[in-house]
Amino acid sequence: MSMRSKTQPVAGSFAWLAALLMFFPIFWMILASFKTEVGAIATPPQLIFTPTLENYRDILGRADYLSFALNSVIVSFGATALAILLAVPAAFGMAFYPTARTRGTLLWMLSTKMLPPVGVLVPIYLFCRDVGLLDTRTALVIMYTMMNLPIVVWMLFTFFKEMPKAIIEASRIDGANVWQTIVHVLLPLVLPGIASTALLNIILSWNEAFWSLNLTAHDAAPLTAFIASFSAPEGLFWAKLSAASTMAIAPILVFGWISQRQLVRGLTFGAVK
Amino acid sequence: MSTTAATGLPTPRAHRRRTTGGGVNTLPLVAPSVGLLLVFSLVPLAATLYFSVLRYNLLNPAVGGFAGWNNYKYLFRDPALFYSLFVSVALVVEVLIITVGLGMILASLFETNFPGRSIARILIVSPFFVMPTVSALIWKNLLMHPVNGFIAWVTRGLGLGVIDFFTDWPLSSVVIIVAWQWLPFAFLILLTALQSLDEETREAANIDGAGPIKVFFFIELPHMGRAASVVVLIETIFLLGIFAEIYVTTSGGPGIATTNLTFLIYERALLAFNVGGASAAGVIAIILANILATFLVRAIGKRLDT
Repeated sequence: MSMRSKTQPVAGSFAWLAALLMFFPIFWMILASFKTEVGAIATPPQLIFTPTLENYRDILGRADYLSFALNSVIVSFGATALAILLAVPAAFGMAFYPTARTRGTLLWMLSTKMLPPVGVLVPIYLFCRDVGLLDTRTALVIMYTMMNLPIVVWMLFTFFKEMPKAIIEASRIDGANVWQTIVHVLLPLVLPGIASTALLNIILSWNEAFWSLNLTAHDAAPLTAFIASFSAPEGLFWAKLSAASTMAIAPILVFGWISQRQLVRGLTFGAVK
Repeated sequence: MSTTAATGLPTPRAHRRRTTGGGVNTLPLVAPSVGLLLVFSLVPLAATLYFSVLRYNLLNPAVGGFAGWNNYKYLFRDPALFYSLFVSVALVVEVLIITVGLGMILASLFETNFPGRSIARILIVSPFFVMPTVSALIWKNLLMHPVNGFIAWVTRGLGLGVIDFFTDWPLSSVVIIVAWQWLPFAFLILLTALQSLDEETREAANIDGAGPIKVFFFIELPHMGRAASVVVLIETIFLLGIFAEIYVTTSGGPGIATTNLTFLIYERALLAFNVGGASAAGVIAIILANILATFLVRAIGKRLDT
């Protein structure tokens, strides 16, 4: 540890420079959200200005903004709850009672992530249209659940793997059945693991922008689609766009900062620790 | 598929002893997840294959029936297909080079000790959590806009003139945006790998007189090799599907300059309503992803086994 405890000013300066450069676009957007529309497009750019909350008031005053935000919340939390509900028993079974098929099953789940979404866009779009699921939150919840299920199973599997097996055996000897074991013994132990899995899943669903742009129009459109509507030429309101964007990313940014470690674990399927 | 030797999966020898699953029937536990995934991956896949040999256009219901290989024949005569394949691959390769290269340097910098390290780390990983449509619009409007953008102001100030990013360098502009989003991911994974590096190895190198540059190239870089191949695999899967960034910034243009395979299929299916043709292109997208994935899985598997 002797080397790590020594401060290295040169490397540190470069690291900070890189960090500031990487964060600059986000910082610049947040700054623009407090400018007037004229100020946001001013050249030279305004660095010192009287901040205004007008943009936030405007965006929040639009009836539809809240419905987009609500769609984002319902879809990402709904898909996460569903995926966790499906994945907990599966991961439990595979971690504690592995069979000859377990390894193959896990690898097959990983392989479904390699199917490009666009490869199945046409049938899924037509199916949703024919059964009336186009532009519904249900369609997005189902798609996001399926999209993230492999990641959720894998993450929970690695958490369950780390649990001491003796605890399970003890509770089984005491006469608890599989479900009682899961609910009363295992869940309290793995709750932190489930929470971080859920957090990562919410982030992925909140930011998803392929199915949300293709399967929704207005009623079920989440924030990703709402922000995309600003790309239209007639919608060049930079300050308002910045305010809407800032509100759309703020909660997820905080979630992301909390769950950095789990991100590595979840998205690499445990291959990097 | 031997990718998971290091992920705590039961090895074949381990479960020969426990083939019964310890006397517990786990089928009801595992079946819902596996069953649903099976349905949601195989049924649409089969449907795509089926549609790809049909004459099927939503705008013209009169035309129908079996098309045989015709959708594929038209597709392979279409220069747009090959160009979109080129765009898809170029996007993946360029973003991979930038993110893995810079990610390694950043990971090495963040392995050292300096004031405010955890705050700097939070700043650097932030772009990954910004939704794609937001990051595309920040770059398109606030930064890269040729008249009012921040970069135009900087280059004008430096006397370099103005770069009209999305007109003159459309593909590079998309690459910049996507690389900005994915650099944090590469950085985080490479940093995680680097943190498992034995401190004694580094110290020994220092005692032998190796400077920070030598330590990076001869000790840290080889140590990050496996993590780098994992980054390449995961990013490839996601980058082949890049859609929102193109949809919001260039809509595939100018012309078809930034139309990747994903965007081409979207255009054929949902803008031109050519279900047959779009499905044929979808089959090609699936084949492309699988070629790359098997290739990479094998490369990673070899590394894991040694």
